[in-house]
Amino acid sequence: MKPLLIRGGRVIDPSQHHDAVADVLIADGRIAEVGQGLGVPDGAEVMEARGKVVAPGLIDLHVHLREPGREDVETIATGARAAAAGGFTAVCAMPNTDPVTDNQAAVGFIVKQAQAAGAARVYPIAAVSLGQKGQQLAEFGELVGAGAVAVSDDGHPVVSSHLMRMALSYARTFGIPVADHCEDPTLKAKGVMHEGLVATRLGLHGIPAAAEEIMVARNLLLAELTNGHVHLCHMSTRGSVELIRRAKDKGIPVTAEVTPHHLTLTDDACEGYNTNAKMNPPLREAADVRALRSALKDGTIDLIATDHAPHHYDAKEREFDDAPFGIVGLETALGLGITELVDGGLLTLPELIDRMSVAPARVFHLPGGTLKRGAPGDVVVFDPAARWRVDPEQFLSKSRNTPYAGRELTGRVVRTVVRGRTVHPG
Amino acid sequence: MTERFLGKDLLGLEPLTADQIRFILDTAEPFKEVSERAIKKVPTLRGKTIVNLFFEASTRTRISFEFAEKRLSADTVNVAAAGSSVEKGETLVDTARNLEAMRIDMVVMRHPASGAARFLADRINSNVINAGDGTHEHPTQGLLDLLTLRDQFGRIEGLKVCICGDILHSRVARSNIWGLLKLGAQVAVCGPVSLLPMGIEDLGVTVFRRIEDAIQWADALNVLRLQLERMHGGYIPSLREYNRVFGVTVERLEKAPKDLVILHPGPMNRGVEIDSRVADGPHSMILGQVTNGVAVRMAVLYLLAGGRPEMAEAAKGRAGEVTE
Repeated sequence: MKPLLIRGGRVIDPSQHHDAVADVLIADGRIAEVGQGLGVPDGAEVMEARGKVVAPGLIDLHVHLREPGREDVETIATGARAAAAGGFTAVCAMPNTDPVTDNQAAVGFIVKQAQAAGAARVYPIAAVSLGQKGQQLAEFGELVGAGAVAVSDDGHPVVSSHLMRMALSYARTFGIPVADHCEDPTLKAKGVMHEGLVATRLGLHGIPAAAEEIMVARNLLLAELTNGHVHLCHMSTRGSVELIRRAKDKGIPVTAEVTPHHLTLTDDACEGYNTNAKMNPPLREAADVRALRSALKDGTIDLIATDHAPHHYDAKEREFDDAPFGIVGLETALGLGITELVDGGLLTLPELIDRMSVAPARVFHLPGGTLKRGAPGDVVVFDPAARWRVDPEQFLSKSRNTPYAGRELTGRVVRTVVRGRTVHPG
Repeated sequence: MTERFLGKDLLGLEPLTADQIRFILDTAEPFKEVSERAIKKVPTLRGKTIVNLFFEASTRTRISFEFAEKRLSADTVNVAAAGSSVEKGETLVDTARNLEAMRIDMVVMRHPASGAARFLADRINSNVINAGDGTHEHPTQGLLDLLTLRDQFGRIEGLKVCICGDILHSRVARSNIWGLLKLGAQVAVCGPVSLLPMGIEDLGVTVFRRIEDAIQWADALNVLRLQLERMHGGYIPSLREYNRVFGVTVERLEKAPKDLVILHPGPMNRGVEIDSRVADGPHSMILGQVTNGVAVRMAVLYLLAGGRPEMAEAAKGRAGEVTE
């Protein structure tokens, strides 16, 4: 493979507190050097990056790639290419596929499909329980051996507190986090959107904030009890933020993520029964968005993850009650982050890159998230000022379910490099 | 005759202006008389085809719409979900496209999902009338309740109306709240807090937790049906206790400073939310509501078909005119 010299960009590497114009040389699939005025090695490709940002590739800890089982809405290959188009060099695939990723063969399948796709890296997250049924622990040891980086029953909460306790304890053996979708199913019940005034007006069943917060509180107590690392998926309420803040003050081993949509939309987006605003956890209120934003700023919430959830267009072209939860997110996350959070004055660009690359790598103990010499050659180059309009027809994902269609965003990926090889544009 | 007073559809009372609601009520007045004739038929909607699409069981509303349509001389087809392609798994969007392909003029739809009427209306060119969508709205019920109150009091503005019962799951409550507020009434709700929706006060309504307080305050009570499922869903402990705490009884009404007008959208659970002596008593407007239901639905059909309110008297033709 030819060495790649990315020249003259603004190199932002929050892992080394680096933010300056420099050259980045990638050779043999690794970061060879970062510095000014680097020479061009023999046979190297040179990319001029003046005015662009060069950063460690983005990492998404929470995506649904639907393979095996629903290859009509996404495959590991299309998901990995959509990821690369969004500036992600690695994504973590949730196990709620059909069949469920609860055994080493299923984990191996994802690893193999990801290698064949040759786009963003795909790390499997394995199930906590066999079949995600919440009864018997999956074989964490074998799952980790086959390549799993975490366990989660995402899509379903781990309802049994005993099983969650055992999962957190047992996972310590292998040094992996247990990621939980925090939801009390009896409170969620038939709910389809946030319980509040909008749901009252639309006549839709609500999901109260307490449905999430009860499970957040329980998970924090169990993390304290076991000293096992709990990772809280897609936090959506100001109450959850308060609980996490207190737990972190006490030194409980917890990390937490928030999605771009929970940072940028409220339940108002459900007006008109817009099924592309139907997600679980639901879009909440302006006060929740404010709390999530300040939690992301102060580190209470560690990172941004997309919860990329592709669905067939037919499935969203339904009555609101019957449409599935979730939206695609890989190809809009960076633009939303720059437009809403950086241009909106919440985060600096290095902070955004920290929340989308450095922190995810740290939380799931993944390679990448840094431009240190010898680190994987996983790099994103983006134009922080480029304006573009979200056109779902242009997505590389197989699915189009996004509430951001037509939105003008600032910040667009120019090139994504994985192991020194350009994976986007393909 | 082409200017539309209501737009293409009637999906709810929330999107309507006070003037639009008054237009419908005024238009209903002349249509009341048609139902009193020996030959209850006028040619107003001759040649129009209307599909009554009922995805949920309904007796009163379905029959009321059907009478309204037939008395206006429309051609009607009734489709119930049971035994139709819906039972075979057809989606609502496909049902809509098929109806559209048959070149119908109007659809009257009852559906268990909130927003279903809007969903259909956004996808077909025909007029859509919401005959109840989930727990969202039931606009013609709201309109007939308004008409009944206006008949009784001569006005809506300034009236104190309390809606009693399961507000959380009630489309009738939502349509009544919007209609009454827009026409200047004071609106309250009364029921177990477990059956009141989140943020209901923010709509501009007063909340009474005790039926005795509501009775002291109100000019009229609109008593909602308490569904048995609410007990099984854990919202209330029992129908017996519901009656004891929230039932509208003669004993409670006797303590009111004035005679209250009683409405109920039906079907009633006698002895649960309302006692028989109240339902059958002199201040019950329950059967008047049913009669007004036909007139209001005739008005809505007429207006959506492009009719103008001031032409309604002429449009219905002379009494006794045989049209077919």
